[in-house]
Amino acid sequence: MTTETLIWLVPLPPLLVFFLILLFTRRNNALSHTLGVGAAFLSWLIGMLVFLAAIGVEHLGEHPFTSSVGWLPTGAEVFPVGVLIDPLSAVTLFFVAWTVLMIFIYSIGYHNFGQPKGEHDVPGLPPHGATQHGHAVPSVEPMYARFFAFIALFAFGMYTLVISDNLLTLFVGWEIMGLCSYLLIGFWYAKPSARDAAIKAFITTRVGDVFMLLGIVALYAATGTLNFRQILYNPALLEQLASTPSVIAGLSVAGLIGLLLFIGTVGKSAQWPLHVWLPDAMEGPTPVSAMIHAATMVSAGVYMVLRMFPLLSAGWHHGGELTSTMTMMAFIGAFTALFAATIALTQKDIKRVLAYSTISQLGYMIAALGIGAYVAAAFHLVTHAFFKALLFLGSGSVIHGMEHGVLHTGEHVDAQDMFNMGGLKNKMPITFWTFVIGGFALSGFPLITAGFWSKDEILADAFGNGHLLVFLTLAVAALLTAFYTMRQITLTFLGEPRTKAAAHASESVPSMTAPLVVLAVFAIAAGWVGIPEHFPGLGGLLPSWFHEFVGGTLVEHPEAVAFNIIPLLVSLGVALGGLALGWLVYRKAGQLDPLRKPLGAIYALLENKYYFDEIYDAVFVRPAQRLAEGFSYLFIDRQVIDGFLHRVARGAFSLGSIFRNYFDAPVVNGFGDFTASVTQSFGRMLRKVQTGQVQQYLLFVALLAFGGLFYYLLNALQ
Amino acid sequence: MTVEQAVFLFTSFLILFSGFMMVTRQNLVHAALYLVVALFGVAVIFVLLEAGFLAVVQVLVYIGAIAILMIFAVMLTRGNATEEQESMNAGFGWAMLLSALFAFALIVMLGQWADIGAMAPALDAGRSTIEELGSALVSPDGYVIPFEVASVLLLAALIGALVVARPQKGGK
Amino acid sequence: MIPLSWYLYLAAGLFGLGLYGVLARKNAIAILMGVELMLNAVNINIVAFWRYLTPQNMSGQAFAVMVFAVAAAEVAVGLALVISIYRRRKTVDADEINLMKW
Repeated sequence: MTTETLIWLVPLPPLLVFFLILLFTRRNNALSHTLGVGAAFLSWLIGMLVFLAAIGVEHLGEHPFTSSVGWLPTGAEVFPVGVLIDPLSAVTLFFVAWTVLMIFIYSIGYHNFGQPKGEHDVPGLPPHGATQHGHAVPSVEPMYARFFAFIALFAFGMYTLVISDNLLTLFVGWEIMGLCSYLLIGFWYAKPSARDAAIKAFITTRVGDVFMLLGIVALYAATGTLNFRQILYNPALLEQLASTPSVIAGLSVAGLIGLLLFIGTVGKSAQWPLHVWLPDAMEGPTPVSAMIHAATMVSAGVYMVLRMFPLLSAGWHHGGELTSTMTMMAFIGAFTALFAATIALTQKDIKRVLAYSTISQLGYMIAALGIGAYVAAAFHLVTHAFFKALLFLGSGSVIHGMEHGVLHTGEHVDAQDMFNMGGLKNKMPITFWTFVIGGFALSGFPLITAGFWSKDEILADAFGNGHLLVFLTLAVAALLTAFYTMRQITLTFLGEPRTKAAAHASESVPSMTAPLVVLAVFAIAAGWVGIPEHFPGLGGLLPSWFHEFVGGTLVEHPEAVAFNIIPLLVSLGVALGGLALGWLVYRKAGQLDPLRKPLGAIYALLENKYYFDEIYDAVFVRPAQRLAEGFSYLFIDRQVIDGFLHRVARGAFSLGSIFRNYFDAPVVNGFGDFTASVTQSFGRMLRKVQTGQVQQYLLFVALLAFGGLFYYLLNALQ
Repeated sequence: MTVEQAVFLFTSFLILFSGFMMVTRQNLVHAALYLVVALFGVAVIFVLLEAGFLAVVQVLVYIGAIAILMIFAVMLTRGNATEEQESMNAGFGWAMLLSALFAFALIVMLGQWADIGAMAPALDAGRSTIEELGSALVSPDGYVIPFEVASVLLLAALIGALVVARPQKGGK
Repeated sequence: MIPLSWYLYLAAGLFGLGLYGVLARKNAIAILMGVELMLNAVNINIVAFWRYLTPQNMSGQAFAVMVFAVAAAEVAVGLALVISIYRRRKTVDADEINLMKW
């Protein structure tokens, strides 16, 4: 069994399990989750085997593992599809496999496997407790098996995207994940807010996907292939694409295609302006949020631009002027990073904070790519997946603990509102420590967290290549990130419980806490594979394996940026400073946010997400609804089309009645009736001849006989 | 004018006169009697035509049976009828015209016939016309079949008259 | 000598009278009497023609005998009918025996 064959097998177990669960094991929760976890484990195992094989290859970028088959006959040729494991996809496969497996295991506990069925639970609504021995206890999710089927399909989509060697199958995986995000965000379909959020997610990413599809089509038209190796590992082709002007003035063909593909990422990775779906996507169950917003879907957007980096940066040489596409990316990435961080400052819901945090961190990655920091962006992608998944799963554990407290005390509080929590450090220790590790990693706590290494590298690249505006923006965003993260930790875990439910919270079951621990290990250790060589002290102790390995994906191995103390100091400052500020401001916070009064109107603006949802509603949604209902439906459909039909019908009716009343009835009927009445009147006249009197008959006979004789009489008389 | 002619003229006048009276009398018995006179006249004509047998048969059958039968019928159908009955019906004008025309037409047309004025050929003396008539009626080369058929006809008439004139005994 | 024409004219006149009797009389029996006159006129014609044209062939007289028989039969049945009608309708007026009308 060669590695290439193994690569083909990676996405298959989840796909198989999706069908098995939906068709056969829907009723049986235990069997369903066994199949689901088994599939995730199998994919993880094969993925690890492939990864191990990949890191053993010298210069994997020059001889990646590839395998393809001819699939779609296109005229004279056959369009091939296949698999490709080069350094970028190898590391992506690594983190995807681990996070997906952890999320599958977590879901068992999250959906309360083993708990009794709730009396008032209906499929389509979140479960809200059962009564056991007089106590209110959590109840098992009614649609348990369905959840595992859907996340299995999701995993299949992501694995397909990661291992594919061409844009077409990448897009297939992309769209499968789009579908699953719809299915899973709207998992509790009886909740109107969940339904709306699912539609919003799907439609917003769709806007991006349309442009991405245009980009794919343009690429195929320009080059005749969609294969990564043929396009991206081909400097001559890229030069040619970069120098050909496209239909849009100022953009080369490469730039235009890159821009179109980038818009797909803007949608999928929730960058401004298509960011509006991600916070609403928190309606889904927490494992879904972890999966979509950490491990897989949003990472897919960044993965795609990482993959297409040679095309996006065609015409750019290291240290030179950025191409227009890269400038656009840098701008949007940096802007989004700051924008989302400001909103995250004011959110009350524990998951919403993490949602905006994700948007912000993705902005980091996009900005890094925009300025050409390829390896830094890839590094941040990997570390972010681990600690963000950890944070989301941790928040899910917190919510579960709070719900337990709610059931216990009967108090009806929102279990997700951080201002109802507090003091959970003692009640949920494992969750607390893992969450702290994840939060510090997010903030970039120096040295011992993975986030520090990746974030520091981005800042260093920005400073080192002279993109000072980007550097400043990202630095401010980092400060805010640390601040709101500490805010979150302080409000949730530190201090005194603010509600009775918080006072009665309890630690979650092992199937939920074990993945947290595993991910926490990665959140600490994953950064140590990418310590820059020139780092004071630690540099050189461990080889900067990540740079070597991932850098080999590109034709031209990117140079590491020269070490500079300033970005390091800035990074340390913002991280530690932000954490300290957050703790100071919030350690005595009660039910009200202490920043509300000082910031005043700004606070309201941030809390309402800069009113973007309302703006989009007024500018896009309502006019579209008006167009659909007022114009298309009421006018075109009812008046024009139906009206036409009604008029035709009326015309036919009148024509019919004209025929009936002016021709059929008088002429045809009339003729028939006339004949009948004429015959009748003749009959009435003629029957009077029959008088019954024999002599009259005889008289007639004699008359006629005489008439006969008359002829001869005349002859005789002459 | 020979004796024959005189007899003929007298007889024919008698016949026509009594015929006319017969068809115009209101009183049916009178009419029947006039019929008898007319029939007698016809018998005389038969004698003139040297068909003596027929003359006798005429008297026997016509007068003796048929006319008597008519008188019987007249008697039987008197009922409560008063004598104030019209003898002619409404259309008698037409009938008169028509019958006059008929007779006139016949006479005129007959007059055109060339042999109309033929005289009677002489008969062989010693010829027995009765015998010849008899053998004509029964000989297979003759008129035996019409003879037999006539007898069947008479039988049918006999039975028919009996059935029709039978008194009704309850129901049809 | 009597020419044939005289006999024929006599028969024609008699026939006309009989026809008048049939067509114009109200009483049914009178109608039958008229019929008798007509039959007699016919008989005169037959016998006259026999005597004047083919006296050697007895067919003329034989035919006259047939006419006698038929006349007798007809009178018998006719009068039986008249009597039967009289019993039913108490009338022998031909105009009143008009059930087979419109």
